[in-house]
Amino acid sequence: MADAAHHRGGFGAWLLDPKRRGALLVTPAIAILFVMNIFPLMWSFGLSFFNYKASSLKVPKFKGLDNYHDVLTDEKVWERFQTTAIIVSASVVLQLIIGFLLALMFAKAFPMRRIVLMLVLTPMMLSFVSVGVFFKLFYEPTFGIVSFVINLFTEERFVLLGSPEGAIAGIVIADAWMWSPFVMLLVLAGLVSVPKYLYEAAEIDRASAWRRFWTITFPYIKSLLLLAVLFRTIETFKLFDIVYIITEGGPGSTTETIAVYLYRTAFQFFKTSQSSALAYIVLFIVIVLTNLYLYAVNRRAEEID
Amino acid sequence: MARRNREIGKAGWGYTAITSVVGFIYFFPVFWIILTAFKTRTDALATPPKLFFTPTLDNFTSVFYRASITTGTSQATDMGLYFFNSIFIAGTSVGLALIVGTLAAYAFSRYPLRGNDTYLFIILTTRMMPPIVVIIPIFLMFRLSGLAGSYWGIILLYTAFNIPFSVWLVKSFFDELNPEIEDAARMDGATEGRVFFRFCIPQILAGLSATFVFGLILTWNEFLFALLLTGVETRTVPVAMARTLGGEVGVDYGLLAAIVTLFLIPIFFVTFLLQNQLLRGVTFGTVKK
Repeated sequence: MADAAHHRGGFGAWLLDPKRRGALLVTPAIAILFVMNIFPLMWSFGLSFFNYKASSLKVPKFKGLDNYHDVLTDEKVWERFQTTAIIVSASVVLQLIIGFLLALMFAKAFPMRRIVLMLVLTPMMLSFVSVGVFFKLFYEPTFGIVSFVINLFTEERFVLLGSPEGAIAGIVIADAWMWSPFVMLLVLAGLVSVPKYLYEAAEIDRASAWRRFWTITFPYIKSLLLLAVLFRTIETFKLFDIVYIITEGGPGSTTETIAVYLYRTAFQFFKTSQSSALAYIVLFIVIVLTNLYLYAVNRRAEEID
Repeated sequence: MARRNREIGKAGWGYTAITSVVGFIYFFPVFWIILTAFKTRTDALATPPKLFFTPTLDNFTSVFYRASITTGTSQATDMGLYFFNSIFIAGTSVGLALIVGTLAAYAFSRYPLRGNDTYLFIILTTRMMPPIVVIIPIFLMFRLSGLAGSYWGIILLYTAFNIPFSVWLVKSFFDELNPEIEDAARMDGATEGRVFFRFCIPQILAGLSATFVFGLILTWNEFLFALLLTGVETRTVPVAMARTLGGEVGVDYGLLAAIVTLFLIPIFFVTFLLQNQLLRGVTFGTVKK
């Protein structure tokens, strides 16, 4: 400390100048992000222009845009994007519906609400690995509880994961179950932000419940819903563990999402550079989605103001 | 306003009964996992699935002690260490991200830099990117720098994952505060440090707790990076969980369920304690006053 006093007017004072306070406060965060995120990102961006293979010791050759060309013209990649799109849209729609209904239920105050709410929040706290393993067990034709319940009504042996449609449904149900509570939290926050006097006024006007919902409640939760859609879309787009554990991408490759394909390209076939190129195409899509997300956030902020 | 009357209407015990039934149906898969933790191997894979059975604590015992087949004596597993690792790594990195993120958020909110929004956008993008994009460079980087297998490596990585989220959330809380009060305090001769610690931080404590819980939920179960970057000494529970899956006799569901159940307890209680804050902070600060 004596040293700092000694340097008064020197580097210490320069650093602590109020003009630099903003930059100074931001530095630790940016430094960690740079080392752990931005630098590796630039590295893999560089890799995407070579033919580097993590499994081989050969000096990589520069290939320019070849990897991007290969990835974009690969029919398999487009199929994976399609699968991902189907899973993402089905799961997000389901999460919205369930999350919304749960939020409506919990918008009221009632005794023991805190405890009942915990029942619904718990799925979010499980690991993807355990959700994957146990949902696979639930779907299992012989021991699974889902199959057991269905067999109470039909004699036919129930093999959910045997068909492409069933396998997709299996993944979507597991993912939607896990993340609907998140949507519920967002919608709940929107619901409780509706000023009470609006409902009181509506009651005086004898507006129907349907009308009350569309004219009072909906405008308040509209952009939070959009926020939920975008956030969950971006997250589900990265869906990997659940798919990998429940179906391993099968039957065939019908449930292989882009994240699973990316993992396979990188760690099973060791096409490191090609996977980096594909990853950057994915990143581009995610950035577009992020922009939409920010647009939704800003609109929400404006509406509230 | 929203904070004073947060719920739409009040309901009685009848309503509690209805919501409990719905809540329990939703909770059922978790309930089944917890049940499985108390089942023997035969009961876990019985046809039809068993709801009533004689409970056993064997699975919980074998989480920590495993009978050796060759000698017949029981051996301690390292699961205790893995639980410590998970708590230590997740707690430290989420806490660190919250501190670093709060400082940055304060700067972004009160001392906007040139290109403020661009910085914020770049920060957010790093959160949105598929983790697989960076996994190979990070793996190589950790190997070269000797960070692989160390606590600091994985803690710094998780901190980096949590920073974007912390910055965005906490910034929105700072934005909600009234800067005039801070200016008044400055007029009265309060130092910058005092304004920050005595005026700003206490007002957003609920938001900070919410940010902490959210970060914790997202970090607690991280698997992919933990798998690649932790060593024998620093392994976390999700990785240890996945390692019980392999084996010649198939998945030991009882054992896995016991680990899942034990691993759920800490995060469940943290969430329960901070539930009110979670509900308040979840809106990314977009629901104002």
